[in-house]
Amino acid sequence: MNRSIRRIAAVSFAGVLLGALAVHSQTPPPGPASASTTTPPNGQNPATGRAALNIVVLDPAHGGTDPGARGSAGIREADIVLELTAQVRHGLENQGFQVLQTRNGNENPSFDDRSALANAQTGAIFVSLHVSSTGLSGTVRAYTMADMPLPPTTGGLIPWDQAQASYLPLSRKLGDAVQGELTQRFKGSPMNVQSAYVRQLRTTAAPAIAVELSSVAMEDKADLDRMLPGVADAIVRGIVTFRPSYVTPAVPGNAPGAKP
Amino acid sequence: MSPKLRLGIAIGFVFAVLAAAIYFPILKRRVKKQAQVQQKSEEQARLELVQSLNAASNEPKVKAKLFWAADAEYSELVANTVELPLSNDPVLRSKQVLSTLLAGPVDSELRTLPPDAALLAFYILPDGTAVADFSDAMANSIPSGVQSEQFAVDSIARTLEANVPQVLRLRILIHGQAVETLAGHLDLSGTFPVSTKPVPPAPAPAGVPTTK
Repeated sequence: MNRSIRRIAAVSFAGVLLGALAVHSQTPPPGPASASTTTPPNGQNPATGRAALNIVVLDPAHGGTDPGARGSAGIREADIVLELTAQVRHGLENQGFQVLQTRNGNENPSFDDRSALANAQTGAIFVSLHVSSTGLSGTVRAYTMADMPLPPTTGGLIPWDQAQASYLPLSRKLGDAVQGELTQRFKGSPMNVQSAYVRQLRTTAAPAIAVELSSVAMEDKADLDRMLPGVADAIVRGIVTFRPSYVTPAVPGNAPGAKP
Repeated sequence: MSPKLRLGIAIGFVFAVLAAAIYFPILKRRVKKQAQVQQKSEEQARLELVQSLNAASNEPKVKAKLFWAADAEYSELVANTVELPLSNDPVLRSKQVLSTLLAGPVDSELRTLPPDAALLAFYILPDGTAVADFSDAMANSIPSGVQSEQFAVDSIARTLEANVPQVLRLRILIHGQAVETLAGHLDLSGTFPVSTKPVPPAPAPAGVPTTK
């Protein structure tokens, strides 16, 4: 009996070891969150030596058992943002960007998993898409994370919980570029990017914004659907405008990447 | 499959059904009891709050500033002056202004907090961090969205800033628990700035961010 228990334990231990090895070998190379001291060649513009913006991570909020905001007409935030994501993706791919999505269907990855997808890339930005319950119908607002203290110097490593801090100036630049385009199309939208404590922005080590449409309270879903192409186009144009401004920010305690 | 094994499985199945039949009514009773305790604690909190407000009713009335939405579209927050008999004790004073904020303005479209939400507990730490514990309704009944959730927190923070200078930053709990977000958008894991004066960073436990 004892021998068989020992045998089972040994086999289980070997299985755990093999599993850990397999996971380790599949883990993507550390992104900015784990702070490499140099910018990998595939993220650089060979002409300038700067890290180039090549990847856009789109984050359709909610999903799975979480429908997000719900309107009386049966409009669900989780569904609308997935439709919007498809349209933004199409526009970005036409501009030569590689697009990754935090979810492709009706699933609900954790906030950290959403950030992790962006943090594992080099030369990426993060755009989280939302529909509100409130606000003037037909308007759109872009948000960046509110002020955060810069993380303490820890040899180039960024604390996960404060990953966004070093990227806030770039996020604001991205947010203003997108908001500018949105305001031209959707009258009544704010002139500048707003700040808010949006959960998935805090842990993202890349320029990151949230875009929120108003609202699920619309009486007819068709009115909201009509907004989507304009919102998608504005986001794409804003990102294209922002593209030349993209640099790898200096991380405290780390050798700075490309400087502006 | 041998007949012995089949018999074993059948007996095991019968035992499992019997155990479930005995255990489920017990579990049901426990869940019901827990719900009653929870309801009682919310009622207790409301009672304590009303008592504390009554105790302060002898205080002279002062002009308190409460922040509600300027319009139904949530374009901005505006200060509304309300005369209240406010206590000099910062904790009691905070409870008074927050309970009035929760009660809402005359025009219900301008309210920033759910009408059924209650303040369960409030205290101020020596470093100026206020901890406000709200009932589940604060998270469950608030309109979901970045804008509405940020408005809710801003209205609380700005009301405290205008009326209780001892509060420097704010931490929000829901039914005694630290939660990840208010209603799916706004990060509640850190503290929110209340005072516009330079505020020293809050000592945060490991792994918990302190949003300035």
